[in-house]
Amino acid sequence: MKTLNSKIPEGPLADKWTNHKNKINLVNPANKRLIDVIIVGTGLAGGSAAATLAELGYNVKSFCFQDSPRRAHSIAAQGGINAAKNYQGDGDSTYRLFYDTVKGGDYRSRESNVHRLAEVSTNIIDQCVAQGVPFARDYGGLLDNRSFGGVLVSRTFYAKGQTGQQLLLGAYSAMNRQIGRGKIKMYSRHEMLDVVIVDGKARGIIARNLVTGEIERHSAHAVVLGTGGYGNAFYLSTYAMGSNVTAAWKAHKRGAFFANPCYTQIHPTCIPVSGDHQSKLTLMSESLRNDGRIWVPKNMDDVLAIREGKLKPTQIAEENRDYYLERRYPAFGNLVPRDVASRAAKERCDAGYGVNKTGEAVYLDFADAIKRYGKEQAHVKGLNEDDEALITTLGKEIVKAKYGNLFQMYEKIVDQNPYETPMMIYPAVHYTMGGIWVDYNLMTTVPGLYAIGEANFSDHGANRLGASALMQGLADGYFVLPYTIGDYLADDIRTGPISTETKEFEEAENLVKSSLDKLVNNNGTHSVDYFHKKLGKIMWNKCGMARNEKDLKEAISEIAALRAEFYKDVKVPGTANEYNEELAKAGRVADFLELGELFAKDALQREESAGGHFRDEYQTPEGEAMRRKEFQYVSAWEYKGEPKDAVLHKEELVYENIEVKERSYK
Amino acid sequence: MGGFFKSSIGRKVAMALSAFFLMFFLLQHLAINSLSVFSPDAFNEVSHFMGTNPLVQFVLQPVLIFAVVFHFVMGFILEIKNRKAVGVTYAKNNGSANSSWASRNMIYSGLVVLAFFVLHFIDFWIPELNVKYIQGDMSGLLEGTQDFRYFEELQHKFHSHIRTIAYVVSFILLGLHLAHGFTSAFQSMGGTAGRKTVLKNIGKAYSIIIPLGFIFIALYHHFKYVLS
Amino acid sequence: MKLTLKIWRQKSANDKGKIVDYKLDDVSPDMSFLEMLDVLNQELIDKDEEPIAFDHDCREGICGMCSMYINGRAHGPDRSITVCQLHMRSFSDGDTIYIEPWRASAFPVIKDLIVDRSAFDRIQQAGGFISVNTSGNTQDANAIPIAKESADTAMDAATCIGCGACVATCKNSSAMLFVGAKVSQYALLPQGQVEAADRVKNMVAQMDLEGFGNCTNTGACEVECPKGISLDTIARMNRELMKANI
Repeated sequence: MKTLNSKIPEGPLADKWTNHKNKINLVNPANKRLIDVIIVGTGLAGGSAAATLAELGYNVKSFCFQDSPRRAHSIAAQGGINAAKNYQGDGDSTYRLFYDTVKGGDYRSRESNVHRLAEVSTNIIDQCVAQGVPFARDYGGLLDNRSFGGVLVSRTFYAKGQTGQQLLLGAYSAMNRQIGRGKIKMYSRHEMLDVVIVDGKARGIIARNLVTGEIERHSAHAVVLGTGGYGNAFYLSTYAMGSNVTAAWKAHKRGAFFANPCYTQIHPTCIPVSGDHQSKLTLMSESLRNDGRIWVPKNMDDVLAIREGKLKPTQIAEENRDYYLERRYPAFGNLVPRDVASRAAKERCDAGYGVNKTGEAVYLDFADAIKRYGKEQAHVKGLNEDDEALITTLGKEIVKAKYGNLFQMYEKIVDQNPYETPMMIYPAVHYTMGGIWVDYNLMTTVPGLYAIGEANFSDHGANRLGASALMQGLADGYFVLPYTIGDYLADDIRTGPISTETKEFEEAENLVKSSLDKLVNNNGTHSVDYFHKKLGKIMWNKCGMARNEKDLKEAISEIAALRAEFYKDVKVPGTANEYNEELAKAGRVADFLELGELFAKDALQREESAGGHFRDEYQTPEGEAMRRKEFQYVSAWEYKGEPKDAVLHKEELVYENIEVKERSYK
Repeated sequence: MGGFFKSSIGRKVAMALSAFFLMFFLLQHLAINSLSVFSPDAFNEVSHFMGTNPLVQFVLQPVLIFAVVFHFVMGFILEIKNRKAVGVTYAKNNGSANSSWASRNMIYSGLVVLAFFVLHFIDFWIPELNVKYIQGDMSGLLEGTQDFRYFEELQHKFHSHIRTIAYVVSFILLGLHLAHGFTSAFQSMGGTAGRKTVLKNIGKAYSIIIPLGFIFIALYHHFKYVLS
Repeated sequence: MKLTLKIWRQKSANDKGKIVDYKLDDVSPDMSFLEMLDVLNQELIDKDEEPIAFDHDCREGICGMCSMYINGRAHGPDRSITVCQLHMRSFSDGDTIYIEPWRASAFPVIKDLIVDRSAFDRIQQAGGFISVNTSGNTQDANAIPIAKESADTAMDAATCIGCGACVATCKNSSAMLFVGAKVSQYALLPQGQVEAADRVKNMVAQMDLEGFGNCTNTGACEVECPKGISLDTIARMNRELMKANI
């Protein structure tokens, strides 16, 4: 049986990464060109890794299911990227970023990894600026910062509300340079459908060309997965439509342990669901909470009147509003971490105070911000500070400059003007902290198979802080993996090219082909979406923001039953030898149906509340998450055939440099 | 630099350069023609000077011919290339939602202007060449008189209804061509000023005043003849 | 809402393709345009017909994947949005809606409404980058101050999502707004100066090679661009190319 060895280097925390880099094996430049690396996914992690490995001299093969690497879903990240630059002089430091991240993750992440992340965070900003990423600047021409949830400093760098896009385009431009040099071979509109293991090592993948339907074999000396998270198991989420768990799940089936699948981030500020036709949820950046105040009416009569359309939110007097985050968490107020804000919204809505027809929405109100900025502007310009109309106009201008594109997006979707009436928001699935288990080198339990970015589990514990996903993806891709992978590949300099004409490749290809054929010839009665929506309902209702034993047990059996029904009754039109989106979707949903069960099993096993994982049974008298010392470990699941048979391995989490205490934002 | 003019942008620049020259030409042409309304004598004097000055005849005139031919030929080449770049066309296309008619139909306004040029050459330029360089009469005088022939010839051409109508229609199309072409040329040369207010207004004024001026002159002479 | 949809169907790149009519009842004004197509596809699957293939991914207007010519306009009738952000409330009961793929020789149809936009990738590969290797020793991000105005204008150009609406809407299928945006972003930043001349030459050369048409400054691209990229970027590219050749 496999055992977990996290390979955390010896020595004091602050020196671990430096010492490790000094000691690991390197591959000399002449030998690098003899080595092939496959990277699946072209988001921030996969894209930056592909570019950097190619710069170093490795032959990279890069895969994405989109039509261009530039479209990976990292592009949708809005708010920003953290880095311990301390440009604002407000007391930030590597240690503080490390501390905030571990605390934000509710003490469920690996200390050494998080510290390394904080260390390289500053390099990321330098690198991106050198690439021409147009971060926001102040009038002196220096970089500007904003503040994000769960921290007391301003360390978030941003490019309007499109930070993820700009960082991804930076990584994409670095990739383009290497594609132009022939060092990266790009396979877009390709989906990875299996990992090929030869002699216990990951040596290639099976991929499907989504345009022709052709099944292809690709070999390499190492395989890297930067395939993102699995939030689409919930059907409705802020993920892209194509985001999926298939690559990670196939790796899991081939021996990679899956860690903490139940740690899911539910983002507090998304646009509420409007109806059954809904295919996807839209996030409103966390940065809005810098200025927006979240509230619901204090009185039930007002709630009912609003739902019936008899009352407008702007008509409710200040004293009849419940700014519940400010009430419950005076120190952090509206800027509490995401898990806390989401649960608080759910608590109010469950209590019946939700403000839309479905009762699942709260207000995010900018009226005060508009007034405050307006007064400020009037004062600066020497105008009448008591002129309400003037102040509103001036204030709106400032709010527009800061959040204009987000306000416009809201208005397009909801058809209400957020400058005039408060936005309605509700939490939605946004990110998965869990993922493939990796050691300090980012290698999974399969030798030669790596996982980076959101696809791995390592840095965010049970909850991720805002603006940390971009940081982690780029840290892994630019500054961690390119070093650590050399340690493994140093043994492969004499291996020579890996043949795809082996029984391992043949077996994997046949497996892929037969499962596709099975789906395409199933001739059932319900479409793929039918099953996906059903799975989503189970996940959201029973494995969502709050979980309990009974629900989770039901979820496990319901998902297993749904999976059986799926294989019996799914209907996939067309053939396997052509562009067939329904077939691609079917394969992805099939894997979600397995992952979902493991997710529920993990949530059931974790009898505590931590970060995004909240168990009704384990809460403090004030309704806050109750962590339990006996669960201070990573749950890494080994595949054994059916999700219910998965075997748990524990990686104990040791905190030597940070005191584990109650995570309070009061 | 040679490669530059083979690039798509280089061709745009070349179109713009020839356009600038032609726009300047139009301006001076209108200025001279308008003399025919105010003072036939002055018109004759200037016409004779332009028709016989070696610098105008042997330097500027060939440049003009080159610019005209180049502008047309390049315009056609670009149109053909662009059509090839489009390939299959839309079943439904709502071009007016995002651009002006003039900007989308430069080839048609250009073609009308070309047809007019042919007429204009037949009317004026070819007889002029014939008189001056084949028959060798450089005097510029009406046969058997001591008066310049230019004003007479001009008036004579506008006796015909059809020609006058063709003339007016052509200049309306020229106006549309200029309405887009003026600012477009600046944009092609890398200037953004063409889209800002001042130059935009100059462009508008130019594309109205120039054709209107020519039309006025044509109608002036036509009605002077019809009503007399 | 009841709608009549006239949708381009084309089995593969080599198929001829044609417009096919579909009727759809019960369309909610709150649906996004793509959700309306989801509903249609669901009906088609239930009737054992092949669903309509269309590109889409993020469904929040940023990935640039969705690409439809709706009623004669790229991304449909509303301004500053992509198809996925278009909602059915922009249409009326009883409307007939044409849905066609992007049309340009450089964007061949793959299937139905899906086109191949890899030409855009190749243009970027020709020079759309700053040649800097990844290293932990790059100079500090604040070492070179950049005037806020330059940074902001560079950002405005950089917001291009590479959807191809500019090409689709251009009567000449010109890609100059796309290339101009990329050239502008780098031309406005000090980091991009070193390679500026080669960059613009190589990118324009690749753009021409891909078979995009010439810009005639109609300005349609700027109107239809979901991110409002300015025509100024094209003028800047023209200047950059002239500068590079002198």
